[in-house]
Amino acid sequence: MTQTLLEVMGLKKHFGGVAALSDGRFTLKAGSVHALCGGNGAGKSTFLTIVMGIQQRDAGVIKVQGKEVVFDKPSDALAAGISIIEQELSPVPAMTVAENMFLGREPVAAFGRVDFATMNHNAQAILDELQFDISPKSLMMDLTVAELQLVEIAKSLSYDAEVIIMDEPTSALGGAEVDQLFTAIERLKAAGKGIIYVSHRLSEIFEIADSYTVFRDGCFVGEGEISDVSRQDLIQMIVGRPMTEEFVKENTPTDEVTLTVTGLNAKDWVKDVSFNVHRGEIVALYGLMGSGRSEIFERLFGLSEDKGGEITLFGETVRINSPSEAIAKGLAFVTEDRKGSGLVLSGDVRSNICLAQLDLLSTGPAMNSYREAAAASRMIDMFKIKTTSDRLPVSGLSGGNQQKVVLGKWFLTAPKVLLLDEPTRGVDVGAKREIYRVMSNFAQSGGTVVMISSETDEVLGMADRVVVMRDGRVSGELVRSELKAETLLHLAA
Amino acid sequence: MLAASGSSRDYKALAAKYGQKYGILLALVLVCVVLTFANEYFLTTRNILNVLRQTSINGILAIGMTFVILTRGIDLSVGSVVALAGIVAASMATTSQAAAFMGAPYPAAIAFAVGIGVGLICGWVNGIVVARFNVPAFVTTLGMLSAARGLTLLYAGGQPVPALTDSFRFIGRDDIFGIPMPVVLFALVFIVSYWVLSSSRFGRRVYAVGGNPHAARVSGINVRRVIMTVYIISGGLAGLAGMILAARTGSALTQAGIAYELDAIAAVVIGGTSLLGGVGRVTGTLIGALLIAVVNNGLDLMGVESYYQQVIKGALIVAAVMLDQARQKNA
Repeated sequence: MTQTLLEVMGLKKHFGGVAALSDGRFTLKAGSVHALCGGNGAGKSTFLTIVMGIQQRDAGVIKVQGKEVVFDKPSDALAAGISIIEQELSPVPAMTVAENMFLGREPVAAFGRVDFATMNHNAQAILDELQFDISPKSLMMDLTVAELQLVEIAKSLSYDAEVIIMDEPTSALGGAEVDQLFTAIERLKAAGKGIIYVSHRLSEIFEIADSYTVFRDGCFVGEGEISDVSRQDLIQMIVGRPMTEEFVKENTPTDEVTLTVTGLNAKDWVKDVSFNVHRGEIVALYGLMGSGRSEIFERLFGLSEDKGGEITLFGETVRINSPSEAIAKGLAFVTEDRKGSGLVLSGDVRSNICLAQLDLLSTGPAMNSYREAAAASRMIDMFKIKTTSDRLPVSGLSGGNQQKVVLGKWFLTAPKVLLLDEPTRGVDVGAKREIYRVMSNFAQSGGTVVMISSETDEVLGMADRVVVMRDGRVSGELVRSELKAETLLHLAA
Repeated sequence: MLAASGSSRDYKALAAKYGQKYGILLALVLVCVVLTFANEYFLTTRNILNVLRQTSINGILAIGMTFVILTRGIDLSVGSVVALAGIVAASMATTSQAAAFMGAPYPAAIAFAVGIGVGLICGWVNGIVVARFNVPAFVTTLGMLSAARGLTLLYAGGQPVPALTDSFRFIGRDDIFGIPMPVVLFALVFIVSYWVLSSSRFGRRVYAVGGNPHAARVSGINVRRVIMTVYIISGGLAGLAGMILAARTGSALTQAGIAYELDAIAAVVIGGTSLLGGVGRVTGTLIGALLIAVVNNGLDLMGVESYYQQVIKGALIVAAVMLDQARQKNA
C-alpha cells in the first residue's frame, strides 16, 4: 500500500457571488505523477492557490500525510512539504543558481556574512543528486527556460518538498527539453515524491502521468489510472460532452502557390531556408526549440532585418522591412508569446481587436468609435469570445479567449496569409478545437496558413505538409500521407 | 433578505467603481469644501482665478508629461527647457539692447514661434536618443536637464533678459473675457490633449505602445515614431510654458523652471497615470495639478509656512499612489 501524500476533500471557494470551486477533490500517492486536467475556468488554478496557501478556502479538508492542515500563507505550505513550479518562473536574473535556490535562507557564517562556499556546495549536491548538468555558480540570466525549470525543481527539493506541483511546465519548452524535464520527473518519482502535473497537452499526460483527476466547472468529475482511460474518454470528461474529433480539418490545398521563400536567411544563424505554400493549404514548420522556426516568421513579418533571400507573395517578389508593410501585403502573425507580444494587457477587448487596423477604423486623425465597436463585436461573434462587454480588460479573460482576441485582431485585417506560432499554447481542449476550426475554414475559403507547433499531435492533425527544421536549416519536407511522429522527430533531432 | 444583501453588495461594487474613477476628484472637492469653510477668501472669483493661473504652467507641463509617462517614459528636462525656450523667445521680444537678439524686438508671434521651436527641438533630441539609440528616458532627459540649463546660461551670458514687449507679455499678463491668458492657453492644451488621447488614432497608439511595445510593434505600429512624438509634444509644451512664465514675470530668468519637472510628474502620478505605462488619463492629470495648486493655495491662505507646504506635497504624492495601489488590490 503506497502512502497517500495529499488528500483534499470538498474544497470550496467563492469569489464575490461566483463559485470558482464547489467540490475540489484530489488524492496524491507517493511516487506517482498525477495529472490535474480541466479546461480554462474548471477551477484548477483556484485549487492550486488554496493548496499552496495563497488563498483561503471557504470549506473543505486538506490532509498532508494523513494530518489535517490549514495554510495561512505560502510559507506554511512550503513547510508542510508542498512546493510549486509556476508556469511563469520568476528568477532573480543577476544572481547565481545557488543564490536563487537559497534565496532568503542563505547559510550564514560569522558576522552575518553569507557563506557562499557552503551554499554552492549544498546546491551542487542537490543538482548532482538529480543529475542536472548545471553549475551552481552560473547566473540565472545565462540559462535557458528549460534549465530555469530544472533549477526550480532543485529548489523545491532543497525545501524537502514531498509534493511538487508543476503548472504547465512544458509550455515554453521544445521537444528535447521536454525529454530532459520528463527524465527529471521520473527521477523524482523514483525518489518517492508525488507530482501534481497540470497541462493542456494530452499527449504529455499520457506519456508521463500515472493517474488523473478531472475538474469541470469547479467540480470534481472523475479520477482514475491513466492506463485505464482512452484519450477520447479523457477529452470527453474535460469538455463535458462527446467530442467526435479532436481536430477540425476540412480544407483542400490547391495547386496555386501563394507564398514562396527562397534561400532566406534570418538572424545570422538561420540560413538558406526555402519552401512554398499553396492557397488553401496548411503548412507546418516543425523543429525543436531554437531550430529557427520563429525566426523565419519574424523575418517574413519584417520584425528582423533583411539578411538576404527572396520572398514571393502571389507571384510578386516583395521586400518586407516592417510589420506595417507585412500587414499591407496581407500577412498576419499570431506570435507564440500571447502576453509578451500578442496583447496589450492593460487595454480592453475592443482596443486589442482594433489594434492592427487603426488606419481603416479612423477618419483622418480621428478614430471612428462606431466602426471600432462594430469591428469588435463582429470579431467577438465570429470567434465566440466569452466576454460580457468589449470594454472589459483583456487581462481578465481566459487563455483561450485571449487567444481568440489575438486571432480577431488579425482577422480584422482581412489577411491572405496567416502565420501562426504555437496558436494553441495554454489553451484548453474546447478552445483548441475552435481555433482548429478557424484555421481550417480560413484555408478552405482560399487562405494560406503557415503554422509552428511543438505539439506533434497538432502537426499530424492539422498540417497538409510539414517543413522540418534543424539548426537553422530545412532538414526535410513531408506531405500528409507520409506524416508520422517518428519521422518528424528523426528529421528534427 | 436576499435582495438586501444583493443591494449592499451592489452598493459596495458601485462605490469601488466610482472610487476608482473619481477618487482623486473626490479628494479635490473635499479639499475645496473644507477650504471654503475654513477661509472666507478662498471661494472668491479673484482667488479661484489666481489658483487657476498658478496651475496653468505646471498643468501644461504635466499634460506633456502624461503623454511621455503613458509610453513608459519620463521627461526630466522640462524645467530646463522652460528656461531655455523662455530666454531665447524673450531675447527676440526685448527692448533692452544689451540682451536682445540682433534686430529685436521682433513681433511677438515670431518670438512665440521661435520659443516653441526651441522646445520642440529639445524634445526631438530627447526622442531620438530614447527611440533610436535606446538610452533609458531617465538618463536621456537627465542629460537634457543639464544641457538645456547650460545652454540657457551660455545664451544669456548668465544674465536675465528684461524689458519684454507688451505684445509678448500679453500671454502671461492679460485676460480674455476676464479669464487670464495662461488659463485660456492651459484650457486649450487640455482640450486638444484630451481629444488626442481619447479619440485620435495617435492616442490609441500611445496607449498601445505604453501597454505593450512588443504587441504594438507586431500590430504594425511604428513604436519609435510614437515615442519620438511624445517627447516632441512634451518639449513643445515646455516651450509654451516657458514663454508664459517669462511673459508673466516680464523678464526671462536663467534660473526659471528649476524643479518644475517634479511638480509635473507629481500631478501626473496623483492623477492616477501609471509609471509602468499604458494606463492613465489627461483628466486625472488636470485634477492632480489642481489638487496640488489648491492645497498650496489653502496653506498660503491659512498662513502656513512654505517649508511645510513642501512636506505636505510630498505626503500627498505618496498617499495618492498608496491609495491607487490599495484600490488595484481590491479590484
